[in-house]
Amino acid sequence: MASTHVDAPAQKHTLRQRLGRLDVKASPYLYIAPFFLIFGIFGLFPIAYTAVISLMDWDTIRNSGEFIGFGNFEYVLNDRKFWIAIRNTFSIFALSTIPQLIIATFIAAMLDHHLKAKTFWRMSVLLPYVVMPVAVALIFSQLFADEYGIFNQWLGMIGIDAVQWHKDPLASHWAIATMVNFRWTGYNALILLAAMQAVPRELYEASAIDGAGKLRRFFSITLPQIRPTAIFVIITSTIGGLQIFDEPRMYDTTGNGGADQQWLTVALHMYNTGWGELNFGRASAIAWLLFLLIVVFGLLNFWLTRRLVSSDKTEGK
Amino acid sequence: MSFTRRKKTLALTAGAAIFALTLAGCASGDEPEEGSTTDNTAEAGDGTSNEPVSLTIATFNTPGLSNSETDAEYEFDLIEEYMELNPHVDITYNRAAESGDARENFFTKLGPGGLADVEMVEVDWMPEVMQYSDLLTDLSSDAVEGRWVDYVEAGATDADGRLIGYGTDTGPQGVCYRADLFEAAGLPTDPAEVATLLEGDWDNFFAVGDDYVDATGSAFYDSAAGVWQGMINQLGTAYEDADSGEIVVLDNPEVKALYDQVTAASETQSSHFGQWSEDWFAGLSNGAFATMLCPPWMLGVIEGNAPDTTDWNLANVYPNGGGNWGGSWLTVPASGANIEEATKLAEWLTAPEQQAKAFANAGTYPSQVAAYDDPAVTGAVNAYFNDAPIGEIFAERAEAVVPSPFKGEFYFQVNDAINNALTRVEEGTDDPAASWEKAVADIEAIG
Repeated sequence: MASTHVDAPAQKHTLRQRLGRLDVKASPYLYIAPFFLIFGIFGLFPIAYTAVISLMDWDTIRNSGEFIGFGNFEYVLNDRKFWIAIRNTFSIFALSTIPQLIIATFIAAMLDHHLKAKTFWRMSVLLPYVVMPVAVALIFSQLFADEYGIFNQWLGMIGIDAVQWHKDPLASHWAIATMVNFRWTGYNALILLAAMQAVPRELYEASAIDGAGKLRRFFSITLPQIRPTAIFVIITSTIGGLQIFDEPRMYDTTGNGGADQQWLTVALHMYNTGWGELNFGRASAIAWLLFLLIVVFGLLNFWLTRRLVSSDKTEGK
Repeated sequence: MSFTRRKKTLALTAGAAIFALTLAGCASGDEPEEGSTTDNTAEAGDGTSNEPVSLTIATFNTPGLSNSETDAEYEFDLIEEYMELNPHVDITYNRAAESGDARENFFTKLGPGGLADVEMVEVDWMPEVMQYSDLLTDLSSDAVEGRWVDYVEAGATDADGRLIGYGTDTGPQGVCYRADLFEAAGLPTDPAEVATLLEGDWDNFFAVGDDYVDATGSAFYDSAAGVWQGMINQLGTAYEDADSGEIVVLDNPEVKALYDQVTAASETQSSHFGQWSEDWFAGLSNGAFATMLCPPWMLGVIEGNAPDTTDWNLANVYPNGGGNWGGSWLTVPASGANIEEATKLAEWLTAPEQQAKAFANAGTYPSQVAAYDDPAVTGAVNAYFNDAPIGEIFAERAEAVVPSPFKGEFYFQVNDAINNALTRVEEGTDDPAASWEKAVADIEAIG
């Protein structure tokens, strides 16, 4: 390759070649660069900045602070409210995500059948997602009022004692989880449905011939086949669930998470510390702790999902 | 964050519109003479070249300044009026829906700049603003000396004696009561008699409450937290020491005594509904409680949420003297480009004549002493409250208010901790002693 008969055309050729190679190699980076540039400015920089602020006694108004090492983290980790917030966050997360995904998978499996007016059913499950979360919270707050709320009036009619939605921690978690589930179940069902529709129909036909029943087909074919999508849905639900903010903030009119921190979540605690107490150092420390928590929990869920939805079944794919 | 902050916000938004409607009729007859406003214009023309200038003003809720606040037309558009009187000034009027939004915006931009030339600040976040009073213009001048009732002026004066805000409205409180429920309990129903009945200290108020509960078996007032804000603001020193700024609440026997008093009384006398909760709103009409501490803006809240109840009335009385709940100031950030013109605008808008008009517009009760002699204010009656002469009553209530205790850096955190303690007792989560211990732990963690 190196030895050439004529100089000029070879040079020309090399230049074009080089450009061509450069094009193939560099262009993709160029095309994705805007995203990373914007992510760098609006994503990475704030994250790093938050890390800096979390180590300072920060006055956001004068834009100055004093370096205090890990003092903010120490305070937050010793703060009783932070741990209650962690408890609440996981409780609400579990009460929302688990039933939500089970129901979403069920709905998706049902929608995957030959239904009449398919599009109508599919659009209908998405409808709650279109409603603004704040509006959802406002409506449900009325339904969940302790004394004169509709739910408690219904319970009263069938002779059950009123549930103290705004006093008992677990009851408040159920109420908030209900709002989350109302909003997200249909959305997740549609994503799972898309994955189910991509499952090759021959697999079902073959297994039917082999004598597999409906349930067997669902667990042995559908679930393993939609595994990548299921992982995606579970990870995004985890991130969303651990960051839950709108619903608990709107659950009562003070937005503080309850007088006894019954429904104070980590994100809400962070907001109250930052914007309520104007203590952005501590709020940044909470932000970082929440970030670490999500990373750890996201990885844990990823690992769990891979194990639970057995991987050997999908080997042939 | 703050309990009170969101309460006020919601209340104002809900109430102001209705209140305005009630009042519109009362004020129309006797407008203040135009003479007083022309003085101001002449003043504005003095000394400055009338070069065109653009000003921005940022408010929240419905302060009654501009027609852009409301779907209905106000009787007076003060912003338009100012531009007509000062043709060289062009004003952009921005309004946040809620006080909380305005607060966030204020603190985001106070340091780096970008605030409006005139910014409205609410009483609930004034203590926080006060920590940065050096970033705001000192507005004190001979022209405004003595314009406001003492506690309003004191509330905007920093430790160095700089006046950083011109008061707009204020919230002197009377007592709202349900005449039908009082009658059923064998208590007097006439406003003057009720005022005599409740005249005295908090012991007397709670004693009447006991009589009411004994007679009817239902609650006397709405919530412990509502009564608490009335009691705590009458102390000389409450949560923090005025000189050192340190938290002294736990060594302040007065605060603990009030806590014990209000929790003991609330066991039977409070409806246990958190203020602004759904249940509380329902209670306004269903008779779950018979009295409430009432600033002027609360009248609209009650009317709006209990439109079919005909027996609410207002008594010209307040336990243990006076009390204020709510109110705002106009401030001029020092980073602004047109401080001089902005100050003139703020001064004009907060003059008694203009605030009397704002009162007619939106029911925001003036904080200016001279407005209390203005027939447009004193003549106001509220039809829903059985023709209570609210203008006269609140003028007297305002004069009874004493400056509230020192509120420093930690005021809201301490106040939240104690409010939470009261709410826990109300909800039955904790007994008063255990709940106080939790508050102590929360307060000790502050700082």
